[in-house]
Amino acid sequence: MGMGVDIRNHIARRAAKEIKDGMIVNLGIGIPSLVSNYLTPDIRVMFHSENGILGMGESPEKGEEDAMLCNAGGFPVTILPGASYFDSSTAFGMIRGGHLDITILGGLEVSEKGDLANWVIPGKRVPGIGGGMELAEKAKKVIVLMSHVNKNGEPKILKECTLPLTAKNCVDLIITDMAVMEVTESGLILKEVMEPYTVEDVVKSTGAPLTIRMEGNEFD
Amino acid sequence: MTKVASLEKALSFITDECVLMYGGFGGVGNPPTIINGILEKGVKDLILIGNDAGFPEIGIGKIVSRERAKKLITTHIGSNPIAGKLMVEGKLEVEFCPQGILAERIRAGGAGLGGILSDIGIGSVIEKGKQKVLVGGREFLIETPLQADVAIVHAKKADTYGNLIYDKSARNTNPIVATAGKITIAEAEEIVEVGELDPESIITPGIYVDFIVQSKGVDWKWAWE
Repeated sequence: MGMGVDIRNHIARRAAKEIKDGMIVNLGIGIPSLVSNYLTPDIRVMFHSENGILGMGESPEKGEEDAMLCNAGGFPVTILPGASYFDSSTAFGMIRGGHLDITILGGLEVSEKGDLANWVIPGKRVPGIGGGMELAEKAKKVIVLMSHVNKNGEPKILKECTLPLTAKNCVDLIITDMAVMEVTESGLILKEVMEPYTVEDVVKSTGAPLTIRMEGNEFD
Repeated sequence: MTKVASLEKALSFITDECVLMYGGFGGVGNPPTIINGILEKGVKDLILIGNDAGFPEIGIGKIVSRERAKKLITTHIGSNPIAGKLMVEGKLEVEFCPQGILAERIRAGGAGLGGILSDIGIGSVIEKGKQKVLVGGREFLIETPLQADVAIVHAKKADTYGNLIYDKSARNTNPIVATAGKITIAEAEEIVEVGELDPESIITPGIYVDFIVQSKGVDWKWAWE
């Protein structure tokens, strides 16, 4: 999405603060996969992977990879004590059954009602749906991490999504390279602004009305 | 009676235009020996059903990228750009299904169910052409079951009756896929005598498996190298 490594890590670090001790968490590919690098040692969570792992650990050292132990993106992982393996039916039963506390996903567009589009750009990119629909519809809390504007400088946060939807009314929190916004029934609340941007910058780059309710900044 | 068979024997069931279901997720857990055999045999116009299109040179991805399939029922093709290209060119028909729903449709196919009720994808393209029902005031889509002429899976260990044990995250869709083939062929890293596997640890009971072939080893570690 054209953002530098530093900014991607900055977003991931802010997202990590949403994860509380004891949660069951699923991280999508892209920036979301960086979030686990920023959990403090007092936070112990079970990472769920839709290919059939609960209790995923860090990436293995080079040379220590196990071809039979990968995350949903096909990259090698490790497991933590208490981990388990299961088939895809069970993996998604966990998701649809509402057993996941948080999912952190990437996004192409989010509407002010919390609609999410993240699976296809017609005529351009057709990666497919994967597990995104189930995660977005059924996780208790859905956080979207993305750049605030697209590469043409146009807002990705809109009154209505223009791209095909992944799921309706599903997003709870949006964290971008500019701001943190909560999705509520009465619209979007701007809660934090990332340096060096101002509230005016954020408002100008957002395609939907923002209610400004800054309550302290969790960016660092 | 042993179900252990030569690769040639197993491949004799996989013919042009057959519906082939495959286990695996992102290449991991695709049965590479059977897939390479299919390519060497020159089978074409396959209708594939499985989680994803693999990678261009890994697992099921090879069948897709060498244009041996005419249709793919799947959840994701992002890891295999050739699949997307063939789709856009009209050389490969792709039907997308949410990932867990694909697994449940396969499970329904193997378990003799008439379908499943799902609320995933209502309001999206997924609902297109699907019947809806109200249950307890909630709207659901009827998702139809999936079966295959031949299902191919990868296992860590098989006994000669076809009881299977999988290997960590390479299990993924394999146990479900194993249930849904009119003929199911398991490729196993290790084949042991009946009685050697602990019944408590068997994931796929041998009832589902028709043939077992010896694996020549996996090729999917290249996904990250």
